[in-house]
Amino acid sequence: MPSAPRTLLDKIWDDHVVCTPPGELPLLYIDRHLVHEVTSPQAFEGLRLAGRRLRRPEATFATPDHNVPTTDRRLPIADPISKQQIDTLRANCREFGVRLFDLDDVDQGIVHVIGPELGITQPGMTIVCGDSHTATHGALAALAFGIGTSEVEHVLATQTLRQAKPKSLEVRVEGSLPAGVTAKDIVLYLIGRLSTEGGVGHVIEYTGECIRSLGMEQRMTVCNMSIEAGARAGMIAPDAVTFDYLRGRDHAPKDYDAAVARWEKLPSDPGAVYDRVEIFRAADVVPQVTWGTNPAQVTGIDAAVPDPTAFADPNDRSSAARALDYMGLAGGTRIVDIPLDRVFIGSCTNSRIEDLRAAASVLRGYRVAPSVRAMVVPGSGRVKRQAEQEGLDRVFREAGFDWREAGCSMCLGMNPDTLAPQERCASTSNRNFEGRQGKGGRTHLVSPAMAAAAAVTGHFVDVREWHYK
Amino acid sequence: MQSFTTHTGIVAAIDRANVDTDQIIPKQFLKRIERTGFGQFLFFDWRFLPDGSPNPDFELNQPPAAGASILLARRNFGCGSSREHAPWALADYGFRAVVAPTFADIFFNNCVQNGIVPIRLDESDVDELFRRFNAAAAEGGQYHLHVDLKACTVSDDAGFQRSFAVDPFRRQCLLEGLDDIALTMRHTDEIAAWETAHGLPAAAH
Repeated sequence: MPSAPRTLLDKIWDDHVVCTPPGELPLLYIDRHLVHEVTSPQAFEGLRLAGRRLRRPEATFATPDHNVPTTDRRLPIADPISKQQIDTLRANCREFGVRLFDLDDVDQGIVHVIGPELGITQPGMTIVCGDSHTATHGALAALAFGIGTSEVEHVLATQTLRQAKPKSLEVRVEGSLPAGVTAKDIVLYLIGRLSTEGGVGHVIEYTGECIRSLGMEQRMTVCNMSIEAGARAGMIAPDAVTFDYLRGRDHAPKDYDAAVARWEKLPSDPGAVYDRVEIFRAADVVPQVTWGTNPAQVTGIDAAVPDPTAFADPNDRSSAARALDYMGLAGGTRIVDIPLDRVFIGSCTNSRIEDLRAAASVLRGYRVAPSVRAMVVPGSGRVKRQAEQEGLDRVFREAGFDWREAGCSMCLGMNPDTLAPQERCASTSNRNFEGRQGKGGRTHLVSPAMAAAAAVTGHFVDVREWHYK
Repeated sequence: MQSFTTHTGIVAAIDRANVDTDQIIPKQFLKRIERTGFGQFLFFDWRFLPDGSPNPDFELNQPPAAGASILLARRNFGCGSSREHAPWALADYGFRAVVAPTFADIFFNNCVQNGIVPIRLDESDVDELFRRFNAAAAEGGQYHLHVDLKACTVSDDAGFQRSFAVDPFRRQCLLEGLDDIALTMRHTDEIAAWETAHGLPAAAH
């Protein structure tokens, strides 16, 4: 008898359940575990105290990214507490036999950039990391999600996690992507409609013509921000784009054709049933700019900051009022009239080579406005090298941008790259929470092209009308 | 892990939705490599003024919240970053339970791993608890709740009582303070069998 049609999530889930002991949660096997310096030291210490080792060190890959300087790497790390955290990661990797991509390695970078880039991330895998943006890897049809430090310790010791099966949510984006609109605009638009908790308890599968038409790196941008809609994971079925992207990468399977034959069986079966379906039209999406302090507080470049009294829900109304107070904005202000002090291009959302190409093409022949300080932080050593080979670093520098070393940088401001109080920033990162980029700092989330255009004009501008030189 | 059976405590209330983990524990405190001592940094940017003195406008600094061990909050509490430093800070400050209409998934799991009970109630019940909290505060008093994890109920001494749902396995772990790595290691044979069936070489440990 043929089995019932299954979703992509069902197939990966079923393949990875080790057992479901009576009265307990299922044990899910974890294929790849990515580790960074901020959420791992307490997990390694826990192993040490209990006398435990790593079950499968070769499934674990580590890199420092959250708390690393993006200036000259030959200089010592100035902050002694940051240095201790990075030294601790080095010592733990040595002691427990974990492969580390250290600061002097061209393979160092943001965990969610280097995983796909090195071919560590593959379709059909389960992947975890002590970071909520692990959803990124779902762009390659992996079930990938963020976990806490106790769970990091559990995976290190057992290569499994206790998990209840999440529900499935199909987010279908129909139609083709309008000119001048990017993956970042799509995902910000979706979060605005789904709300910051619309995906709680679910894994999103992004489907539809618009999603299929995206390149691999744009798909990563979409999946990356699933967590901002509350979903721990977002995924996209594998296809020729996926297989072409992974071919020849360092950690890709040796017998690649056999792997592709396996991966081709992963897409959701015709007739597979999702727990929930939400349908959107790509034609409705214009370049997006957030105006508030969560990523769902977002609107189009052609719109204005909303008036808090316009919200029907009392929670939404008080959130909007509080957000506008923090952001120093008045309801009714046109988005294009918001002036900027800083521009940040980087983060696990938008620091890959396609992102840098998109920003550089806007900047070519232009200068950053005198009132703006701008920086680019490539997602990895390899992205930086590639950009330099293409001459993108010159475009950025000639426009007046700082050109930095790879890391998370001003996405979360753990390192010295931060906003000062009240500084207003156009940022390609993923969170506009209060204080995220520096205490009192004001973050507006946008695409790389929108950030680059705003850097030139000193305020937001509709990149669909940009005069490319 | 600290076990949890029943707890009666003073309630602190934070009346805003979407409180993210960046607010619960700001990034400047994530550089520490210990699990302990984060309570002093809980809600730091909201709790303290730039000169380091307590912000009198912040709920935790107001008299009704003095000595609180149960946090009442709005929907999507704990959204954003996966940082377990957030429940470490809540636990170290003295919180044993958080009551809200909804929680972010990763934060929810992280609480359970640290002996904090996240309690989901209907939005209307949370509204009622805020009313009761505000009524007590208006009279200069404090509001108490009683959490019984065996019975899965939350109640006060003025007639409020609701049941809440919690996964039976997680509940058992909390009641007994179990080390879930040790529990999983009872299934090492099954894990090894899965690895063999999937063509992996024998595990190192």
